[in-house]
Amino acid sequence: MNDFPAITGLTLLPLIGGGLLLGLGADHKTLARRLALGVSALALALAVTLAVNFNPSSGGLQFVQRLSWVPGLGVDYFVGVDGLGLLMVLLTALVVPLALLASGRITERVPLYCALVLLLQAGLFGTFTAQNFFHWFLFWELSLVPAFFLIKLWGGPDRGPAATQFFVYTMVGSVAMLLSFLAIFLATGKFNFTDLAELSQTGQLDASLAAKLNWTSLSPAALKLVIFGGVFLGLAVKVPVMPFHTWLPTAYAEAPSPVTMLLTGLMSKMGVYGFLRILVPLFAAEMRAVITPLLWLAVITIVASAAAAFAQRDLKRMLAYSSINHLGYCLLGIFVAVKLTGADPKLAVEKAAVLDGVLLQMFNHGLTAATLFCFVGLLEQRSGGLRGLNDFGGVRKVAPVFAGLMGISVFASLGLPGLNGFIGEFLIFKGAFPLVTWATALAALGLLITAVFLLTLLQRVFQGPLNPKWSAFPDLTTAERWIVAPAVALMFLIGVYPQPVLHLLNATVLQFVTKLMS
Amino acid sequence: MTGIFPWLILFLPLLAAAGITLFALDHRAVSARLSIGAVVISFALSVALFVHGTRGETRFNWISLSDGAASWIVDIGLRLDPLSLMMLLVVTGVGSAIHIYSYGYMHDDPGVGRYFAGLSLFTFSMLGIVLATNFLMLFIFWELVGVSSWLLIGFWFERPAAADAAKKAFLTNRVGDFGFLLGIILVWAVLGTMDFGQLQKMMAANPALIGNSTIGIAGFLIFCGAAGKSAQFPLHVWLPDAMEGPTPVSALIHAATMVAAGVYMLCRVHFMLAADALEFIAWIGGITALLAALMAIQQNDIKRILAYSTLSQLGYMVMTVGLSGVGGNPSAAMFHLTTHAFFKALLFLGAGSVILALHHEQDIWKMGGLSKKMPVTFWTFMIATLALCGVPPFSGFFSKDEILATAQRTSPALFALGVAVAGLTTFYMFRLIFVAFTGPVKSQLPDHAHESPAVITLPLVALAVPSLLAGFWGIDRFYASQFGTGEAEAATGWVAQLTAPFAHAPGAAFGGLAAVVIGFLAAFALYWNKVQDPLPAMLGVVARWLRDRFYFDELYAKLIAATQDALATLADFVDRWLIAGLFVKGTHGSVELTGRLLRLVQTGNLQTYSLMFVAGVAVLLLFMLIR
Repeated sequence: MNDFPAITGLTLLPLIGGGLLLGLGADHKTLARRLALGVSALALALAVTLAVNFNPSSGGLQFVQRLSWVPGLGVDYFVGVDGLGLLMVLLTALVVPLALLASGRITERVPLYCALVLLLQAGLFGTFTAQNFFHWFLFWELSLVPAFFLIKLWGGPDRGPAATQFFVYTMVGSVAMLLSFLAIFLATGKFNFTDLAELSQTGQLDASLAAKLNWTSLSPAALKLVIFGGVFLGLAVKVPVMPFHTWLPTAYAEAPSPVTMLLTGLMSKMGVYGFLRILVPLFAAEMRAVITPLLWLAVITIVASAAAAFAQRDLKRMLAYSSINHLGYCLLGIFVAVKLTGADPKLAVEKAAVLDGVLLQMFNHGLTAATLFCFVGLLEQRSGGLRGLNDFGGVRKVAPVFAGLMGISVFASLGLPGLNGFIGEFLIFKGAFPLVTWATALAALGLLITAVFLLTLLQRVFQGPLNPKWSAFPDLTTAERWIVAPAVALMFLIGVYPQPVLHLLNATVLQFVTKLMS
Repeated sequence: MTGIFPWLILFLPLLAAAGITLFALDHRAVSARLSIGAVVISFALSVALFVHGTRGETRFNWISLSDGAASWIVDIGLRLDPLSLMMLLVVTGVGSAIHIYSYGYMHDDPGVGRYFAGLSLFTFSMLGIVLATNFLMLFIFWELVGVSSWLLIGFWFERPAAADAAKKAFLTNRVGDFGFLLGIILVWAVLGTMDFGQLQKMMAANPALIGNSTIGIAGFLIFCGAAGKSAQFPLHVWLPDAMEGPTPVSALIHAATMVAAGVYMLCRVHFMLAADALEFIAWIGGITALLAALMAIQQNDIKRILAYSTLSQLGYMVMTVGLSGVGGNPSAAMFHLTTHAFFKALLFLGAGSVILALHHEQDIWKMGGLSKKMPVTFWTFMIATLALCGVPPFSGFFSKDEILATAQRTSPALFALGVAVAGLTTFYMFRLIFVAFTGPVKSQLPDHAHESPAVITLPLVALAVPSLLAGFWGIDRFYASQFGTGEAEAATGWVAQLTAPFAHAPGAAFGGLAAVVIGFLAAFALYWNKVQDPLPAMLGVVARWLRDRFYFDELYAKLIAATQDALATLADFVDRWLIAGLFVKGTHGSVELTGRLLRLVQTGNLQTYSLMFVAGVAVLLLFMLIR
């Protein structure tokens, strides 16, 4: 297996598929759908094969492929996955076919649409597997372009401004990040994440920055803080961290629902992934220097986004804010894990719990949020585009299966034990509470508010007297049931028996913790 | 062989729930059989375990991650000890009666399948709490109880009141669970384990640990969870509303599952509750008991009266847990929990029988004269009432007496409060009896009422037996063996058992009895043969306060609405106007404005350019000259 360039294949597959589809005539709708689905199914099979062959007892990169690309610039083609990368690859491979299956409402320019979705998938695969900044950044930006067009061409009435805002906002973050990395490259001549992490670990990174960039007349600490700030901004916009989030509700609401599934399920994970892959290994010291404001940012992100979700009357906007809230827990967990150092084994246990929780939460949120937006899409399909909180009412009476399955997903999202969301959130809180008590206690308020607005959502849409307008509201068709059934089954599976997933992650997390302890 | 029994007891109801949901939602008979069969078999297996005297734990690793320094393990396990064994019997036994009764009660509802699936899920969740070996597992099932109650209270989801009540129950519980979860995490972090057995050993080996302030805080936080589930003040508001669910569900919530969970959990972790926390718990319990009893005397809905009565009795139990002292013996609370489960289930099922006979009329002032029309319902209801009031030799007498005796030993103030509540209890229960069952007929409905069918009356009779006799079965001594404090040797013989309380703690026994007599006489004087409530005229505004439940619901509604609105509006405002508006649009706007201004300059007109050139030169010259 290790001889076969599996990861390169994984990235190339949707890239080639997308390219082929771009050449397809606009009237080959069914063919385009089938082709895209076939490609994404192949990618899923490949990703699962990777997972099966993954050695969970090693925390390092696996399936590594490394070729010199532009030696003069320190640019290698360097790909590989550890537990974190593998989990994200699996999530991507899972959500993309789900989104394609949920794209029934897209009827215009179908081949182009399918092509863009596949290109986006290629960008995501690349981002989650690249280990060299140069082509990591290439994929990072590559994923942005299809997302922009997907919103711009197939979105709701305000799609133009929404897409532009999404693009410009993310671009500003990306530029800041790029500048930071150029500074690092100027100082060290290296782009590989592993090399840079090592340099940072040994303190050489600071030394070379101070030596090479002394013309800035900044103290070395201040200089590195500025560089950290640039990378942080790039990632914070993507996650997003409040207050860099305002592009998100509009973009999520205006994008067609299957695209929102990709945005929230996968692209938001790019930010969190970047925190773990880049920011923590390279800038742990800087994060510690500003840890209090960072923790506050996380707490504010959690509580304020939950409160904002409560104020929304549009289901998509509500779930969009809820997404910010859920990713806030990931950030809280990361910051907490970074905060304390020391050799106390108890500390290591808590940190491992937190990071296990963070990784699991990333996967769970991707799965659950994507499924929820899929349901919103199905609602829109039946209501002719209506998706206000008060547009429905009593629908459970005529569509019990719909209500039941969406209800399960909502409960997964609010962290009901027995479903996937609970384990991740519990682990984050379990580790974070003893380490950073007050911030975590405050953040736990988010759990409470989330329950309030999600139950309100269920009540307004499904309970109460049946709105006569929807007396002919069709229940899920058999085909639709099969689309969402795997996702819902997975929610139960992870909720009841999370051990296999945690087992995949554990070695990676432990390696992380070891590096963070010193 | 008995090793598999506890797993079967736990999982049979889950299998039934899953089976019904997947395959039998539209088959009323199949779904009922599955659900009833599961709980009855669980009951039989529980009896077998009880007779066999099984003790111990079975467990397996649920999550285990270990490597080098960082390792942690969470087990899922089942624990059999006197506490859980007796509770198993209560949950599955009372549960069986309620399941069977449900078949009669819900027979004509189109959602029978969904109903029985919910009932089985509820039973499964509660059994999980009973059998849990550690905090995390307890919490998992604790939340499942919450979601089951959401499903069942909101069973008639088309009714806005039911949907509201379901949401209220879930969210109020969630408020308590917020504290509970943090408490659990705190215990895990400080003591390094969540396992009840290990924690107890740790506490026993190091008694100074209980004085640790972190453990003390954890105790308070854990009590938050119990206050939510057992509906203690100030989280009591959900329970009366929960009667929006079908009546057998109310019986299940009020007797065998849900509200019992809080008290059970407090007894389970009693060994780690510090003195401060216990005193707090005792007072919260006492306040709940008194407030709820006061509210009950002005309710007119038959189920609401019973609901406030449950609140009040739960207050008793929680008070007892608090009064039993550090390392003490809270078995009186469990004893009362058990007897209360019998007679409160009976009361609710009796009320359901009445409601069914009166075509869903619940106002006691539209009933009357039912004792003759529905003799079985009346007499079983009467037995339960006498048990609730604490009349010897009914079961409630013994358990309430133990509570009062505990209070008398430890806290005169709470003893006085307990006696007062006993008097109030008798008063409101006989108000209910005199108005609804005896006394003149107050509307046309009771004229057409007739006794319910056997599927409903048989469970009533079955529950009447333990309501009457459970005081003689030594349940208290069985529970006491859990807590290791040697109780006095049991009296032998019925008469000796009956007189023992009077010899043992005469103050409590006679005080309780006197309160019952006073309460009864007052109810008799005010309500015998009455067609109208005389109390509002006598008490005036006080009666209105009582009827409107001291306005707690209104107060909370206002508070919650105000905070939520403020928070939500603030968040929305910041988002829409400050961040998106001022910063983002501001940046965007100023860039655009600059662009527009600069564009004006680029006219492409040669004259304009030369004019500007000249103007520029002039400005420069002027500048030079002035300098």
